[in-house]
Amino acid sequence: MSLEYQFFPVSHPSEGAGGKTGNWRVVRPVVGDRCIGCNACYLWCPEGTIGVKGRRAEVNYEYCKGCGVCANVCPVKAISMVSES
Amino acid sequence: MAMRMVGMALGKNVAMVVVAGCSSVIQGIGPKNAYGYPVLNIAFAAGPAAASGMWRAFKQRNKDVTVVVWAGDGGTADIGFASLSGAAERNEDFIYLCVDNEAYMNSGGQRSGSTPHGAVTTTTPEGKKENKKELLFIMLDHNIPYAATASVGYPHDLMDKLRRAKEVKGFRYIQILTPDPYGWLFDPSKTAEVGKLAVQTCYWPLIEVVNGKVRISNESLHCLKKETRRPLKDFLSVQGRYKKLSEKDYEELEKFVDDLWERILSMIS
Ligand SMILES: Cc1ncc(C[n+]2csc(CCOP(=O)(O)OP(=O)(O)O)c2C)c(N)n1
Ligand code: SF4
Ligand code: SF4
Ligand code: SF4
Ligand SMILES: [Mg+2]
Repeated sequence: MSLEYQFFPVSHPSEGAGGKTGNWRVVRPVVGDRCIGCNACYLWCPEGTIGVKGRRAEVNYEYCKGCGVCANVCPVKAISMVSES
Repeated sequence: MAMRMVGMALGKNVAMVVVAGCSSVIQGIGPKNAYGYPVLNIAFAAGPAAASGMWRAFKQRNKDVTVVVWAGDGGTADIGFASLSGAAERNEDFIYLCVDNEAYMNSGGQRSGSTPHGAVTTTTPEGKKENKKELLFIMLDHNIPYAATASVGYPHDLMDKLRRAKEVKGFRYIQILTPDPYGWLFDPSKTAEVGKLAVQTCYWPLIEVVNGKVRISNESLHCLKKETRRPLKDFLSVQGRYKKLSEKDYEELEKFVDDLWERILSMIS
């Protein structure tokens, strides 16, 4: 821990600073064939864990919390929320 | 959600001052954080004061860095208001973002000055009796060069405003409506939709005031006429916190919206 941190409550960017949040999920978003690559899911996802790669949206399941926002904002309903169990 | 949009809009060379609230928790465990820029975490009342010092320090070192304060509605309307008002009056050169989820959510959902009339919170179990504090107008009365409102329901509008605010010098205030599924009692997956309903029913205006000039976003233009507004109940009925709303409370809220738009109209004519 740097000296700076001990005197000033300053923190610096790092991926996954909140821990691996993927295991919070009870449902997972699955992107289907209908995806048109519009990136609406990317725009609204609170975690930044979905986005278009190539032609289709992909989910980073290591951090996705399964909130379901992406499935609701998708204009073509390409995302289905599937139970983890 | 709002934090990511801020990140996308402002790009690099940003330093953030975060006062206590849910967003202090979301960022993770120090000395690291999950946001894309360095963050100074600080006590409620000290946010605007710290930012005032910070932009000066960057300037002295010839660094072109936009300083941004990120504060909740409780931290803005109540606890942090004195130093916010002071910094606005001095026209300090930073952006102040009020992330408005209409209660003290991180400490368990107590009412704040920014909680609307009729909403149930943990300290107003029968619904709040008073109206929401009109922070936008209060900040405008400080004669600041830039003030705006936005909603996470409309990310492009929010990001456009952030980009424009970044180009303005002096004190900039943006209040972002951020629906809170746990405090407002709705399904978290509907957050974006609730943010849209607030705007469509004209409960929440999307406006921008640059050097006294008012601009209303396209999404809110229909609100200027009472007849074209979507009924307020479409926004209220999707939230559990308005369960105890009486007929009289509903009328009071409708009047609040009417008065709000009356006032905005008087600013443009
Ligand atoms: C001086 C002081 N009083 C009380 C608290 C406890 N506290 C921490 S977060 C919080 C709620 C903040 O509410 P708001 O500013 O609306 O932000 P939100 O959590 O809703 O995003 C409170 C009261 C504190 N940290 N410091
Ligand atoms: S479920 Fe939520 S966290 Fe996961 S990708 Fe969709 S919007 Fe992001
Ligand atoms: S919102 Fe839907 S269509 Fe658009 S990129 Fe995401 S999954 Fe594909
Ligand atoms: S859902 Fe509400 S209480 Fe939970 S982190 Fe977001 S703002 Fe805070
Ligand atoms: Mg709050």
